[in-house]
Amino acid sequence: MNQEIYVVIEHLQGKVSDISYIMLSAAQNLANSINGKVVAILLGQNAQILANDLLADNLIYIDHPELTEFTSVAYQDTLTNLIQANQPRVIIFGNTSIGSDVASVLSARLGLPMINACHHFENSQFVSQICGGKIMVEGIIPEPTAIITMIPGGYKPEEGKSDHPPETMSFDPPPIEDLPVKLIGYLEPDTGDVDISNEKILVSVGRGIQTEDNLELATELAEVLGATVCASRPVVDQGWLPTSRMVGKSGKIVKPKLYLAMGISGAPEHVEGITDSEVIVAINTDPTAPIFDIATYGAEVDLLDLAEILVEKIEDE
Amino acid sequence: MNIVVIVKLVPDLVEEIEISESGTSLDMEWLRLIINEFDDHALEQAILIKEETGANVTVISPELEGVDDILYTASARGADRIIKLLGDFENNSNCHALAKALSTLTSDLQPDLVLTGVQANDDLDGSVGPLLAEYLGYPYVGYVAGLKIENGKSRIKKEYPGGLVAEMEASLPALIGIQAAESPPRYVAISKVRQAMKTADLEEIEVSELQASGGPIVERMYQPETGDRATMIDGDEEEVAARLIEIFKELGVL
Amino acid sequence: MVTSAVTDKSSFSETFYDNLFEVEEGERIRTCLQCATCSGACPFGYLMEYPPGKMISMLRADMFEKVIETDSVWMCISCYACTEVCPKQIPLTPGLMTQAKEQLLLAGNIPTELQSAFEFSQRYGNPLGESPRKRADWMKGITPEVPIMKTIAKPVEVLWFVGDYPSYHPRVQLTSKAMVKVFNALDIDYGILGREENSDGDSQRLAGERGLFEILAEKNGKTFDKYEFGEIITTDPHAYNAIKNEYPKLGISYPVRHYTEFLVDYIDQLKPLMVVDNEAKVTYHDPCYLGRANKVYDAPRTLIESIPGVELIEMSHNRETSLCCGGGGGGMWLDGFQWEKAHVRLSEWRIREAVTAGADILAVACPYEPPRFEDAAKMVQGAGNLIVKDVIELIADALGD
Repeated sequence: MNQEIYVVIEHLQGKVSDISYIMLSAAQNLANSINGKVVAILLGQNAQILANDLLADNLIYIDHPELTEFTSVAYQDTLTNLIQANQPRVIIFGNTSIGSDVASVLSARLGLPMINACHHFENSQFVSQICGGKIMVEGIIPEPTAIITMIPGGYKPEEGKSDHPPETMSFDPPPIEDLPVKLIGYLEPDTGDVDISNEKILVSVGRGIQTEDNLELATELAEVLGATVCASRPVVDQGWLPTSRMVGKSGKIVKPKLYLAMGISGAPEHVEGITDSEVIVAINTDPTAPIFDIATYGAEVDLLDLAEILVEKIEDE
Repeated sequence: MNIVVIVKLVPDLVEEIEISESGTSLDMEWLRLIINEFDDHALEQAILIKEETGANVTVISPELEGVDDILYTASARGADRIIKLLGDFENNSNCHALAKALSTLTSDLQPDLVLTGVQANDDLDGSVGPLLAEYLGYPYVGYVAGLKIENGKSRIKKEYPGGLVAEMEASLPALIGIQAAESPPRYVAISKVRQAMKTADLEEIEVSELQASGGPIVERMYQPETGDRATMIDGDEEEVAARLIEIFKELGVL
Repeated sequence: MVTSAVTDKSSFSETFYDNLFEVEEGERIRTCLQCATCSGACPFGYLMEYPPGKMISMLRADMFEKVIETDSVWMCISCYACTEVCPKQIPLTPGLMTQAKEQLLLAGNIPTELQSAFEFSQRYGNPLGESPRKRADWMKGITPEVPIMKTIAKPVEVLWFVGDYPSYHPRVQLTSKAMVKVFNALDIDYGILGREENSDGDSQRLAGERGLFEILAEKNGKTFDKYEFGEIITTDPHAYNAIKNEYPKLGISYPVRHYTEFLVDYIDQLKPLMVVDNEAKVTYHDPCYLGRANKVYDAPRTLIESIPGVELIEMSHNRETSLCCGGGGGGMWLDGFQWEKAHVRLSEWRIREAVTAGADILAVACPYEPPRFEDAAKMVQGAGNLIVKDVIELIADALGD
């Protein structure tokens, strides 16, 4: 039986995303348990260079002008063809704006069982995370072929990197024309602002900040600490901070020395963005908030009161 | 223009989530269900389009505890038709089953646009949106946070990490997975909802057999060990602040 | 601006006028003299584009739509100051202001904070968004165990309606515990509803959500019907107001008193038990819904004066002129919104008055007050040593151990 593990590589504007390397590392882990082979799948145009540091046993490269940048239908149709031809054991997608646009569609189209939100593999079994991280699901990857979407957290991107490209084979794409979904262009995020992914100290606010007005406290605290203010999605959605300050799955991945999470519950979409922090301090009045599971230090006090007192004390120093 | 919105109820994460005795599913008895936040946004987006273009909005939701309230609220928000799908969705369902159950009804409604939330917190076997899109034969784009209808096509803003946004065009009919509506879901006064309960027609449609296939083979569901928890700092704000300053100094940030 | 209630599409209906006159003595609004005493008494009147008096003149000019296009209405905290001083006794607060808020709500015109409070109230039975299953968690570890009606399954003399903040807010839970201590000292036969209790709904009603209030009242009504008890006692003036004045309109009629009224009956038993001397100057803040709205001014003072060592002093605004803490009528959930306009909190004014009066302790009798006043005391110069305690806490302290 075919034990090939396909990993669909994600890239945007000429850059391979971290999730791709995480998936490759995961695939390697699974391959060891089932005696399988990791095959990276790269779709693009003149994009072979992107394969340079992918850690895999093989690479299938599919070239077509319509695949230059990601669009859902082009990827769906191309991969349908590929999977039907080769019948791999598993196809791994990222649980992302790219992977999730394709995975379920193929599951329905090809009648392949699907496993969502996989965090890691344990021997030959999958372990997924659902309900905001509150529930773990362990089980068997159905045979003969299954689709899996992967979330970060179980493996490090470095583990999926190599110093040379894998052995490459090409595959002819099917005719791709008259696509119902077309890319018009990209809207760049406002770059005038500071890039929080490079900042060393971050004061991050979540729903717990309650009102736009309370942001002042966070700003003051950031000032005395020499830090930058950032936020989880709900705060940005309200328009209280620009998207460039958003941390998490749809925002930036940060790697500060100190991440001060104030009034943030710790939903997986946010946690995805902060696991590379050296020290995470979580302030939340809810003792069951999942943020406390990944934070280094935590306190169940009122964040507004704490911020005020911290500012005072630090100024006194 | 016809818009269909699919709305799902999902576990409320405010409560403790329990595992059933079998150990392979959630204990439904204690579960509080609330509207999937992303579906709420999808509904809001549909109403926004209706306000702009005069479209017709139909909302469909599967029979789970609290669905009537959701549908009447949708009606009070501006939905033209509200439909409840009858079936054993509590025990015998997953995304594939729901998507299949929805496909015939949805295509009969001949929508130009189907909107639903891009994901839900209990999605183990995929997401309803893209599955349904395929069963309908409609193109699918997800993670959309901006949607306009222009010249019979949809102009969408698709979100990527880091604040990057892709502007795409999808021909209609299409199914779009909504990440966020252009403005947050509006508030509806309860008196309006109560009014809707008296005046709106909540249609019920039976679904032929549900089959919860297409997913993984679950051996075990469990709550993650909180072994690696944070070192908690006790005391009031004064004491916590003092300890934090120590930690900041140790870390070298102060 | 997300927290602003200003919208470019105003909606205004005939039902507004109908509802206005349906309120008790509502027709008095026709007799307004335009004396502007209400606008002057209103704590936020100076910030409103249309303070109460002007609202009425706009009403008369058939230009009320202009009023609800501004956020004047959301600056109202339903404190009854205007209603108290109106020479024509127009029911401004329950009539005009509440109806105007209902209209804004129907138009979907509502600050986000308030929206969450409403959504939580509907979903979880409390505006804080806490799990209803944890409503009685505050009593864990107390001995003897606090009797829960469902468990003890017998009639009681007193059904204690605890309330949202006293159940869930860490600071206010202390007043609940103090109440238990006093009940035990007096050997009162009481019980609480625990998880079966829902928000009384009064603040939600005053903030314009009539429908939500009715749902909450109906739920509580059904629960009351299940049990046998002599009377309802509550530590919350808002619950008191609701159960006394509003629930009967929905057919839910039960005798209810505020705990201060109840304890005054027991003052002779209480006095010998209060053994701890507290040499302090205590000033009392009349909560809007105990004082102005329900005319209970003396009972709390009688209790305070009975505490050994205590000297009762008055602030410059007291009894009918008491200054609202800013929490009632939805104010608790309009804080951010009102702060953005006013850059001052009413609670801070009150703290300043307490300091000026020379008080050591500011005694309160409403659950919104301890957290609000304690927060304010941190911001006001000279208030660093001011202690804020509910009257029941002072009594419990005096009981010793």
